[in-house]
This record gives sequence, structure tokens and C-alpha cells, in this order.
Amino acid sequence: MCKQRSFVVWAMGFALWMVVAGLLGVFAAPDAQAKEPYKIGAIFSVTGGASFLGEPEKKTAEMIAEWVNAEGGINGHPLELIIYDDETDPTKCNVAMKKLISQDQVPVIIGPSTSGTSMAVVGVADKDQVPLISCAAAKTIVLPVEERHWVFKVAGSDIHVSQRIFDHMKSKGISKVAVMTASDAFGASGREELLAFAPQYGIEIVADERYGPKDTDLTAQLTKIKGTAAQAVVNWSIGPTQVLAVKNWRALGMDNLPLYQSHGFGSRKNIELCGKDAEGVLCPLARVNIGRLLADDHAQKKVIMKYTEAYEKKYNEPISSFGGHAWDAMYIAVKALETVGPDRTKIRGFVENLTGFVGQHGVFKFSAVDHNGLSKDDLEMVVVKNGDWAIAR
Amino acid sequence: MDQITLTGQIVQYAITGLTVGSIYALVAIGFNIIYNVTEIINFAQGEFVMLGGLFMVFFSTVLGLPILPAFGLTIGVVVAIGIMMERFAIFPAKDASVLTTIIITIACSILLKGAAMYGWGKDPFALPPFTDCKPFLVLGAALFPQSMWVFGTTLVVVFVLTLFFKRTRFGRAMIASSDNPEAAQLMGIDVKTMVMVSFGLSAAIGAIAGIVITPISLMEYDRGALLGLKGFGAAVLGGLGHFPGAVIAGFVVGLMESFCAGLLSSGYKDAAALLVLLLALFLKPSGLFGSREVLRMKRF
Repeated sequence: MCKQRSFVVWAMGFALWMVVAGLLGVFAAPDAQAKEPYKIGAIFSVTGGASFLGEPEKKTAEMIAEWVNAEGGINGHPLELIIYDDETDPTKCNVAMKKLISQDQVPVIIGPSTSGTSMAVVGVADKDQVPLISCAAAKTIVLPVEERHWVFKVAGSDIHVSQRIFDHMKSKGISKVAVMTASDAFGASGREELLAFAPQYGIEIVADERYGPKDTDLTAQLTKIKGTAAQAVVNWSIGPTQVLAVKNWRALGMDNLPLYQSHGFGSRKNIELCGKDAEGVLCPLARVNIGRLLADDHAQKKVIMKYTEAYEKKYNEPISSFGGHAWDAMYIAVKALETVGPDRTKIRGFVENLTGFVGQHGVFKFSAVDHNGLSKDDLEMVVVKNGDWAIAR
Repeated sequence: MDQITLTGQIVQYAITGLTVGSIYALVAIGFNIIYNVTEIINFAQGEFVMLGGLFMVFFSTVLGLPILPAFGLTIGVVVAIGIMMERFAIFPAKDASVLTTIIITIACSILLKGAAMYGWGKDPFALPPFTDCKPFLVLGAALFPQSMWVFGTTLVVVFVLTLFFKRTRFGRAMIASSDNPEAAQLMGIDVKTMVMVSFGLSAAIGAIAGIVITPISLMEYDRGALLGLKGFGAAVLGGLGHFPGAVIAGFVVGLMESFCAGLLSSGYKDAAALLVLLLALFLKPSGLFGSREVLRMKRF
């Protein structure tokens, strides 16, 4: 009995040893052909408050790294993607950034995911002279451009969104507009841009309402708007309040005042939550969200459909516009490594002069004064029709 | 352009205020029940509301149960959670001071919120209204049928609770255990059971509030804290432990918010409600309806 058991233990131990030895052998086998790997560093908020950004970003970046290596790497160099999770914490993001620069010695860094974490590291990028391609939206990430020599971003700005909304209103002859925004950072930034650009478009803001991001009811704000001369309503928030805005707007019978939402509304989940109340709601979206609606000859159609289909197949979940940021940042970094090699200064120069890069969020045209490279034309105005997006006329 | 008249606007603000106020009132009542029996403030009260809404979504949308069984099951589950909270967190610390126990309830609140985030995710959930029909128009203002449900439910809850505490033996025994636990114990009242029942009852009322408000406001895992805070404000404004006071104060807070949002600026909405609370406490520290003598006898 006892003898038998010890035999089993020995056998298992031996088997384990064989496996470990085998694995070591595989990895340790020197490959005379392999060139030294090219590194890309990445910082995403995979967990914590902004995990809904970081998670699809990480998945997208990993998918692209697999593709690049499956196709033989970058000019024969295998791609090594080093991802750190900052847990949506600016301090941890800062630590990860320094680790990537001094320990991993990467030539280029993509991310972070949020504006808050990005602002915590733009100074490091400039001081240590490492090109950083942020996936977050705030315009201060790349402005003023003299202080952001080494920093780029691939997410559009609120400026573009508000310009796109006003463009559409103007084409419909709307000149008096009511604005309602959430009192968090997202809503406040949108409000600032809307109020700043309205005069340029000859649009008068007749109501400027704010509400808390956790409010349970917006009928008071909408009733007040109903009492003004407004011809349209813009709501700028994320989370449940943008669904409440739609529901209350419909319940108060305000169908004759078109409701524009910010790009924050760009998730099918929101249409589901609003149900049939969402019909006719307008919002400007990056084209990555609506790949299937684009005309076949659209410049971005091919690249967006490639991403949409591959991501949905691999991860069995719909793409999000956030993953699209990681796609853009990742391919810009890969392209830079391919063209100029792993040299920080050369990569910075390459990205700054990159124009006509067709990505998920637009056709990027970087320049010495524009480290974002997107414009309002990279957004498409869409309308909810039969429970899905349709391109608005 | 059909612009709404000023009368219509005011009616609309009143409807909105009373609807939201009903929920604050229900939360405040939940605070009061536990306070009356144990003298502790249960800061997990808002989480009961959140759990009520989310379990209702689970039973009625995910499992597809009709409204009534889903309603019953939701209340059952949340009551069980409330009782478990008392058994496993509050009861073992029975010798601790009132303040310590209150801090335990804050821990429970964080735990429940985290568990809900784990279970339901961070997205908000919607629930169809109980009766699906167009809003009524009152003087140009829209009155949603669901608002009537919220309002009606609050009135029924207040009525039933008042009867329970004033007229039934069990309810009076609960009040007695708070007034003087030792004397109550000597009179043969099982004070420990009373404390447990008070948590169950509060959880039930929180769950009801969550169920009726979710069709209007949606529900997600971190909604509880703010509702709890507003409800606490109403409970203090009405005089802690005073039921009609809590209801009236709940309506006052709700109306203040909606009129401030409509007539002044929506940015100051939360400030207005809290300002009323501060003013009231400054002028009458025992709350609008509380009495100074009763307050002096309490430990907290």
C-alpha cells in the first residue's frame, strides 16, 4: 500500500520534471535567425473605475501584437508588447511610466486610458524624452503644444464633437439651443466647448442646465427648457443620466425639439436601455462605431471592418470606440518602428510628420502644431432609427 | 413651438419633487425604524434601495417572472440580506458603542456596493413601468403613471407602518425596546429579536423604494450612497425617529430640489436641499417635528 503510493509520487515527480525540462528546452533553444525584439510599452486602466476603457484597449493591443508577430514581426524583429495596468490610479500610472522608461527601456509608449492618468505622465514623457501616444480625450493632454513636445493623442476632442453638433444644427436652420450637462468632468468639459463655439456658429444658448451625475430625474431641467424658445436640446453626460434625458424628453412630449447627445451616447447598450424612446435621438460618433453603415468606398471602411470582425470573432463581444483608440495608437507605434527603428527621437519626429494614416477614429494628420491629428470631419452624425444607428442626413 | 406656461412648469416641478421626495421619505423611514429600536444610524440603508431595484431587474427581466411574484421575491431576498447583516455584523458587536456600530454599517454599505458591482457589473439597468400607458397631462404638465405608483406606495407604506407601531403588540414592543431596553427585557420582550426584525423591516422598505423608483430612474450598483444621504437628510430634518416628520421632510427635500433646479439653477439643486437641512437644524436642532426632551434621552 505504502510502497504503491510512493511509486505514484515518484512517477508524478518524474513526469513533472520531464515537462519542465522540455519547456525550458523549447524556450532556451537559441535561434540564430531571431533579431532582438522591438518593444512597445503600454499603460491601460484594465481595472478600477475606467476598466471599461482599459479592458478593450488591452485586448485590442494584444490582438495586434499577435498579428504582427504572426506575420514575422517588424522588419524581422519580433514585437514585444509590455502592458501595465494602472488601476485607474494616476500615481500608479506614473510609476508604470517610469518603469517602462528606465527598466524596460521601451522606445515608445501607448496609453494611458483616461485624461486623469494621462495628465499624470505627460510631464514625465517630456522630461525623459519618450514619445507617448495617449488614448484619452482631454485637449490639455497635447496643449499647449510647446510643453507637449513628446506627447500625442489619438482620441478626438470635445471641440470636434461640439463643432459637429453645431454644423448639423446649422444645416437644419436651428439657431436657439438649450444645453444640459452633467456636473462631472465629462459634462463640464462639454459645456465649456459648447458655450465657447456657439457664437462662432451664430447659435444662441437659451438655457444652460446642469445636473448631478447620479440624479434620478431630469424633468425639472427639461421642463425649464420647454419654457424657453429653444429649438433643440443638447445633452452632454455619460452613464444613466443620458438615458434619463431621453426618457424624460419623450415623456414630456418634446419631440419637436430634436435631442442631440454627446459622443458619450455611442453605445448600443444605451439604445437598449432607452427602448423605443430613443427613436430620433442624434449624436456624433467616430466611424469605428458604425463600420457596417459606411459606404463601401469610404476610406475607413476596410480598416474598421477588419477590426470589427476580428475583434468580435476573437473576444465574442462587440467592439467599442475605446478599443479603437488602442488600435490607432498601436499601429502608429508599429509603423514608426518599421520606418525609423527603436529610436525615441526619430519615432517622435515620425509621428509628428505622419499624415494620411487611416485609423479607426479618422484619417490622422499630425503636425508640429496639432498632436491630435483629428478634426470634426472624422465624426459622423448618426440618428437612432428602428433601434439601431443610421447615418443622419 | 408649444411652450409650456408658468403654471404648467410649476405643476411639473411639484410632480417631480413629490416623486423624488417619496423615495427620500421611504429611505428616511428606513433610517427611523432602525434608529428607533437600536439608536444607530444604518448607513447601508441606501444600499437596500439599490439591491431592491437590482434584484427586481433580476427577477422580472432576467427570470421573466410577473410583477407580483418578482416583487415578493425581491423583498424576501433583501430582507434576508438585512437580517444577515444584523446577525453577522451588528449582533456580534453588541457591546460596542453606538458610534462603533454606525461605522460597522458603513462597512456593510461598502461591502454590499462591492458585491453588487461584482454581481451586476457597472452598467445601469432599466425596468419597464408597472402600467404601460401614456403620461397624463395636468395643466400642461406630464404626470407619469409610475410617479403615481411611487406616490401611492409611499402612502400605503406609511399607513401600514403607523398601524403596526401604534396598534399591534409586536410594533409597540419594538418601540418599547428602544425606549428602555432593560425595562423592556424585564417585561418579557425579546430585545434581540426586535433589533433583528427592525433590520429586516428597514430592508423591506428600502427594497420597496428601489423597486418603484427603478422604472423611472434606472438603477446601478453605486446609486445607494446618494439616495441614502438624501434620505438621511430628510430623516434628520423631520426629527430622527419621527415617522410623519420623515415623510413630510422627504417631500420638502424633494420639492426644494426640483423647484431650485427649475426656477433658480440646476447647479445649486443639491446645495438647496442641504441648505434647508442646515437651516432647520440651526434653528431647531431636534428637527422639524422631533422634541428636544426625547432627543436628550438618546445616546446619539
